[in-house]
Order: sequence, then C-alpha cells, then structure tokens
Amino acid sequence: MRVHFTVNGRPQQADDVWEGESLLYVLRERLGLPGSKNACEQGECGSCTVRLDGVPVCSCLVAAGQAEGREVVTVEGLADHARQRARGCGESGGSCGTSLDEAKAWKPDGADSQTGEGGELSPVQQAFIDAGAVQCGFCTPGLLVAADETLERNPNPSDADIREALSGNLCRCTGYEKIMDAVRLAAARQSEGV
Amino acid sequence: MDFLRPASWEEALAVKAEHPTAVPIAGGTDVMVEINFDHRRPEYLMDLTRIGDLYEWEVGDDTVRLGASVPYAQIMEHLRPELPGLALASHTVASPQIRNRGGVGGNLGTASPAGDAHPALLAAGAEVEVESVRGSRRIPIDGFYTGVKRNALAPDELIRAVHVKKADGPQQYSKVGTRNAMVIAVCAFGLALHPETRTVRTGIGSAAPTPIRAKAAEDFLNAALEEGGFWDNGKIVTPSVAKQFADLCAAACNPIDDVRGTASYRRHAVGVMARRTLTWTWESYRGAHRTTEGAA
Ligand SMILES: Cc1cc2nc3c(=O)[nH]c(=O)nc-3n(C[C@H](O)[C@H](O)[C@H](O)COP(=O)(O)OP(=O)(O)OC[C@H]3O[C@@H](n4cnc5c(N)ncnc54)[C@H](O)[C@@H]3O)c2cc1C
Ligand code: FES
Ligand code: FES
Repeated sequence: MRVHFTVNGRPQQADDVWEGESLLYVLRERLGLPGSKNACEQGECGSCTVRLDGVPVCSCLVAAGQAEGREVVTVEGLADHARQRARGCGESGGSCGTSLDEAKAWKPDGADSQTGEGGELSPVQQAFIDAGAVQCGFCTPGLLVAADETLERNPNPSDADIREALSGNLCRCTGYEKIMDAVRLAAARQSEGV
Repeated sequence: MDFLRPASWEEALAVKAEHPTAVPIAGGTDVMVEINFDHRRPEYLMDLTRIGDLYEWEVGDDTVRLGASVPYAQIMEHLRPELPGLALASHTVASPQIRNRGGVGGNLGTASPAGDAHPALLAAGAEVEVESVRGSRRIPIDGFYTGVKRNALAPDELIRAVHVKKADGPQQYSKVGTRNAMVIAVCAFGLALHPETRTVRTGIGSAAPTPIRAKAAEDFLNAALEEGGFWDNGKIVTPSVAKQFADLCAAACNPIDDVRGTASYRRHAVGVMARRTLTWTWESYRGAHRTTEGAA
C-alpha cells in the first residue's frame, strides 16, 4: 500500500508498504531516515521514539498505515522543530515568518532539514554533547526526542520529572547520570535564554 | 494482509461483520509486538485510530463513559478525581510512550490476567459497552473475562466504551514488579471503598487465569465493617480484621509459577497488598470522615 504523511515538516510518500509494517521501518528503510533506531521492536527500549502529531510514541509500535495524514517529527528534524518552537510558531500558533534578527543571523550552513545533517543542533542535542551523555549513541535519538518534548511541556522539571519522562528509554552505556546532567543543562540554558 | 481504515464507528461495525477475523488495532502496543515478532499474521488489520468517538469521555452523574481508545496518559491527566483507581493503575503501565498510545479498550481486548486496568475496573465496578451490526449490549466487568486472554466479545463485536462507576470513596492500586517503570505485574491489587453502599470491592491481577475479585474477602470485610459500626465511627480497622481480609484475598488466588514469580510468592504478595491498600484507603476515609464530622 501507499502511505502519505508529513515528516519533519515535509510531505512524504512511501510506496509498496507492507500492511503490517511499522512506522519505524518506513522511516528507516523506505524514507532513508535512519536516525530513529531499532533495538527491540517491542516498545521496551524507546530508541525508536518519534513525535506523532506532537505526542512521543514508539514508532516500532505504530502501524505504517496509522500514520497516514499525520505529522511525524524524528531526531533528524529536532533542530528545526526546536527553532520553530523558539520562534513561537507551530502548534501554539503565532507567526512563522522569519524575523529581522533571524534574517540577519542567516548563514549558508548547508543544512538539510530532511536529514538534519550539517545544520545547527537543537539545545537538547548540544547539551547531550556538552554533558558527555553520548557513548555508543544508540539510545541517543530516542532520548533526545523524549527529552526535548519533556522540556517543551515542563521547562523546569525536577529530577523526578526527568526520570519519569525518560523511563521509557533504555541506555546500556552511560548509567543515566550524564543523561540527567544533559537534561538539567538544557533546562538551565533554556531558562537563561541562551 | 489488508489494512482497513474505517472512518466512522458504523463503518467499523460493518467491516467487522463482513470480516469477523479482522484484528482491530488501536494503540497497537499489543498488536504490533505480535506482528513484529511474527506471532500473528492477521488477514485484515482494522485501524481504529480514525474514529474520534473512541477517544472521548463523558463524566455523568454516576459513571464515566470512557471511550475505548482513550490513552492511559489522558486518564491519568484528566480523570484522577473521578476514577482514582484506574488513574493510579494507568500510571503503572509501561512508559510514557506506551501510555500515550495504549488504552483500556486494548487492555480489555487482550484480556491478559496481567493487564493493569482490570483490577481497577473490577474494584470500581464497570460495564463494557460492546456493539456489532446486530446491536449493542453492556457486559458487566465481572463477566467479561472468560479465560486466559479470552473475553466475552463475539467475533463480530467491538468495544465502544467502558462505563466506570465514579468513585464515591478512596481507591488504591498496588503492583509488584522488579522496578517502577516498564514492568508487567508479578501480581497486582486494586481496592475501592464505596461508602454510599457501605461496601468494599477488590480486583486481583496476575494471580489467576483471569483478573478476579476476592468475593469471600469482600463479604467478610463488609460484614465486619458493618457489625463494628466502622463506617459511622470512623475507627481504625482492627488488625485482626485486616489480617483475615488479607488471608481471604490470598486464598482467592489461583496463581502459577512462571518467570516473573512463584505461585506462593504471588499469594503472599496479594495478601500484603490487600492489607496495605485497605489501610491506605481506610486512613483516607477516616481523614475525610473526621473533616466532615468536625465541620458539622
Ligand atoms: C513495552 C510494553 C510494556 C507494557 N506494559 C504493560 C503494563 O505495564 N501493563 C499493562 O496492562 N499492559 C502493558 N502492556 C500491554 C499494552 O500496552 C496494553 O495491553 C494496552 O492497554 C493495549 O492497548 P492498545 O490500544 O495499544 O491495544 P492494541 O494493541 O491496539 O490492541 C490490543 C488488543 O485489543 C483489541 N482491541 C483494541 N481495541 C479494540 C476495540 N475497540 N474493540 C475490540 N477489540 C479491540 C485488538 O484487536 C488486540 O487484540 C505493555 C506493552 C508494551 C509494548
Ligand atoms: S525499537 Fe521501538 S521501543 Fe525498542
Ligand atoms: S549511549 Fe550506548 S546505549 Fe546509551
């Protein structure tokens, strides 16, 4: 079957999709977006976490056909998503035009809004690097999507809030402490407006 | 495989009547695991996520009509005052990602003895509204679970909503597992005090082939509370009464040994949870009782 949906702000179409296929498979194997990881295919690890109409879900447990007409944000689109949020557009409405400051700050960085490569990182991504929260990196994309959504909903989360929000994401390398540091760092920078 | 996308409830019923083997998929948190691991290859997969009606709830005078697909995350956020037991149980399900998708309709569809909604529904009192092209009926929750992962649905029927009694007193939910997130219950216990009818109801998960109530324990406790005038005097439940209640709850179990725990551990744990949830709910009832007495 054919499935249409929006990925990271762009309309996409996937052909020859098997009816029992997961959204994760379509993203990785049909749309060439390997950021979302496949580690368990049973909802246990969270490494496939994406936003589906804004809501964090395990893309391995969404049937591809269920994504028809919906909006998906993957880790590849996280920086764009964060930028748009900072500009106050997107779900909360508001004007999405480019501001004068932004226009002045524009650099030809060759970013690809589809793959996210070559572009600037979102604050959460930068915080993960700065805090040393990435080791093998396999869990990272899912954690980034989950952490970014947490900070969107709750700009000043307590440690308990962070633990709860990330309880669906497993990491076998870091022992989680640096991940906690990274989310705290992103929250602190966000509240300072850095 | 065919992927069917009914746009309305009526269309879904028609599809299910035409293809009784069609597997409904709501949050997909049970169905997709089975498909990913090739445990299930349905001929038809019927997506229910286009049917907005299934995502709505209505708070009535005595009950909440909870659409079959309302995700656990919404129950926790919006229905805590009306359905405290179910909200607590919802919070113990898996992880935020799973709670954003999975809901009570899917839990009832799977009818696993370990499903977390079941003890809460049994304790609160509920009816499952099911429908087919032949008509609609309400199945009392006590009669809904018919065997291990079996329920009372006919092949052409779908779950439309669950009518859950609004809490008229404190409710609790307790679950044993190896950690706080992402655990299927080793066993679980739900308890609801119903001061209006002066009754206590229970629900036990993962300790018998189906979710069950501990009816003998309820009868014993109802009689003991009535005899001692506890509902009126708001006294502490005597330890011997609590112990007898806990023993009867443990005796209601018919558990098995499996990777998650032994039968004897489960029976023991159910007794402990029964005593604890009784203490917690009764303390909170006494607290409310004292406040109303004081105000009067
Ligand atoms: C990682 C992980 C952890 C989990 N942890 C828990 C846990 O802690 N506690 C727990 O209780 N469960 C747990 N589950 C199981 C699952 O999340 C729940 O059973 C959930 O309630 C299923 O809801 P769903 O909407 O995703 O169901 P689906 O997977 O969409 O459907 C489940 C079943 O119900 C049927 N069905 C769905 N809707 C209807 C309807 N309206 N009418 C008729 N039949 C219907 C489907 O055909 C299917 O047989 C877990 C699952 C995963 C993947
Ligand atoms: S791959 Fe989806 S949760 Fe692990
Ligand atoms: S960094 Fe390796 S799994 Fe988390």
